Amino acid sequence: MANMSPKKNEMPSQSPDVRRRNFDEVALGYTEEQAVNEAQRCLNCKNKPCVSSCPVHIDIPAFIAKVAKRDFEGAYAIISSSSSLPAVCGRVCPQENQCEGKCVRGIKGEPVAIGRLERFVADWHNTKIGEFSSKPESNGHRVAIVGSGPAGLACAGDLAKKGYDVTIFEALHTPGGVLVYGIPEFRLPKSIVAKEIDGLKNLGVKIETNTVIGRTVSVDELLEDEGFEAVFIGSGAGLPKFMNIPGENLKGVYSANEFLTRVNLMKAYREDSDTPVQKAKKVVVCGGGNVAMDAARCALRLGAEEVSVVYRRSLDELPARKEEVEHAMEEGISFKLLTNPIKILSDENGFVKGIACVKMELGEPDVGGRRRPVVIEGSEFEIECDCVIMAIGTSPNPLIKTTTIGLETQKWGGILTEGENGKTTKEAVYAGGDAVTGAATVILAMGAGKSAAEAIDEYLKNK
Amino acid sequence: MYKITRKKVLNDNVTLMDIYAPMVAKKAEPGQFIILRVDENGERIPLTIADYDRENGTVTIIFQIVGSTTQKLNMKNEGEFICDFAGPLGNPTNTKGKKKVAIVGGGVGCAIAYPVAKKFYENGCEVHSIVGFRNKDIVILEDEFKKSSTKFVLMTDDGSAGKKGLVTDALRELIENGEDYDEVITIGPLMMMKFVCKLTKEYNVKTIVSMNPIMIDGTGMCGGCRLTVGGETKFACVDGPEFDGHLIDFDEVIARSSMYRDFERKKHDETCNLFKMEVK
Repeated sequence: MANMSPKKNEMPSQSPDVRRRNFDEVALGYTEEQAVNEAQRCLNCKNKPCVSSCPVHIDIPAFIAKVAKRDFEGAYAIISSSSSLPAVCGRVCPQENQCEGKCVRGIKGEPVAIGRLERFVADWHNTKIGEFSSKPESNGHRVAIVGSGPAGLACAGDLAKKGYDVTIFEALHTPGGVLVYGIPEFRLPKSIVAKEIDGLKNLGVKIETNTVIGRTVSVDELLEDEGFEAVFIGSGAGLPKFMNIPGENLKGVYSANEFLTRVNLMKAYREDSDTPVQKAKKVVVCGGGNVAMDAARCALRLGAEEVSVVYRRSLDELPARKEEVEHAMEEGISFKLLTNPIKILSDENGFVKGIACVKMELGEPDVGGRRRPVVIEGSEFEIECDCVIMAIGTSPNPLIKTTTIGLETQKWGGILTEGENGKTTKEAVYAGGDAVTGAATVILAMGAGKSAAEAIDEYLKNK
Repeated sequence: MYKITRKKVLNDNVTLMDIYAPMVAKKAEPGQFIILRVDENGERIPLTIADYDRENGTVTIIFQIVGSTTQKLNMKNEGEFICDFAGPLGNPTNTKGKKKVAIVGGGVGCAIAYPVAKKFYENGCEVHSIVGFRNKDIVILEDEFKKSSTKFVLMTDDGSAGKKGLVTDALRELIENGEDYDEVITIGPLMMMKFVCKLTKEYNVKTIVSMNPIMIDGTGMCGGCRLTVGGETKFACVDGPEFDGHLIDFDEVIARSSMYRDFERKKHDETCNLFKMEVK
């Protein structure tokens, strides 16, 4: 009998007053009882709109049915046949725009908490099972993966399961890409990422850190000299964009990438870290995506008294995941919407002392269908702050493009691929994730990595 | 882990190390840099490549002990290991097509200027090296420079070695005497590079500077190393580290370089105290 409660089982979480000053995970995860109870809300409907709106098409009703029957390992087997990083995706996917957004239960009341159930199943698996994956028999073919973010990890995992000899090359000293340098500990504990990576190593995947493809070794050398038969490029979103307003190079202005890297990868929030980060009192974050939310919430946890998010459109257009916006608001971050920065102000020592903004109103819809913000004349005002974080997007890193013969990119710099399978203009080279699409989500990158793994398998089988 | 295969103290504040990193050594070129981390809690710092030995698989770094990280690095001995060593990063010095250049180095910057001078010299270019130090006690790489230069001028602030004066005095004299350089390459303290650029602008001599700003990943991700060149935002890690010195906003670079001065001072003192305790 289905559980007809119109509301999701609430997620046990650290209370906002406590968590705003620590870096521990905010959401604590369902208990078995909560998970089973929530699973019983799924109607197992015929059309399964959730499956078609999942970028990697997890058989959601099937895994939920297993949870309802307390067969958690069975549920894990279903999820992991489609997803490479369930413990990660359960935490960071924008479920409200994907599976949960289409759930029939969401028409009258709240959708089934699919993301929370996915997380529960993955965590259950990770704590209950020790050494699980056996190394598949090698087929002797070598594939190189550039970048160890979600796209690279997914591609590596799928290829390794098929018996390929896979090596991941990572530029930084720790694998995980955006999962370790970008997404903060309180949203995605690094121990979870490490566990996923250990799982890949158990499958036989090798990881070479401190290797910058395009500098230490080029893609052409991987193919010609190093004995790899195919290469997958999942090198990520690239360099931060700035607004090109006066004052962006003052002391106290960070790109979100720099700020988050200092805090997350380099652990600047800990006393024993040698990496500095400004402990600002009043912080303004410009932008409205997940990265902006992460930066704002990190700034708060570093001890800021006041953190504001400045975004030029309204709440409805905020591109961040809904739960992150709610969490940020609960923690006391203020949202200055329909507001656009025009100048960052300097004190006498070259440090930030404030930011001048204008008020906006929403005008006619633009090409993308979103209403275009228009400046309200004479609305200029200042916000006092000692730190500004720019979280307004990225533009592709030119390094691989300029060092790889025959690899073409789009005008804006993203790697050009042929359809869904990630095939690039260069033979034996595939690409996916933010390096192809520009900044997007973990799940889309993971999906691209998986499709490319399929395509690489096809290519090498027919070679 | 990366092994320190040689350590040599060049003066009280400057140390040379060879690091075993064959992948980096294989590709390294003058003008490029590496990023290293001493230990697990360590900061990532960029250091420009001072030399490399492709056969033995080593890369030479020369560093000045200024902060806690360089202090920790300096405590490591030959045969010990550092945690991370990534590179080579940035674009190499472009030596093509130049017949006569002046290399102007200051202090520990000479460590980076030297391989550049050497490469120009090996390519058959006429190389005038002008190097400056505060006094005779901290002069480094004098013999090496002499071997790789057509003309060598040593300047010290107090005249205790070479001539008394600044590198800009020597450069001005050479230009005034009719030396016609295709390019001046200057590497050293920001203030010195700023004034070299000011001078060469007067004489309209193209000048390349090597920038070493605050950096984290060094691969084109964090944007911490940004600077304004000709009114545009550039990233030292992927667009540089060498830039047209006449286009750089030096005052901005100088201001940005002091962002963490207080933090660094505190960490430096902490590391000092720790070291003192260990010695006791």
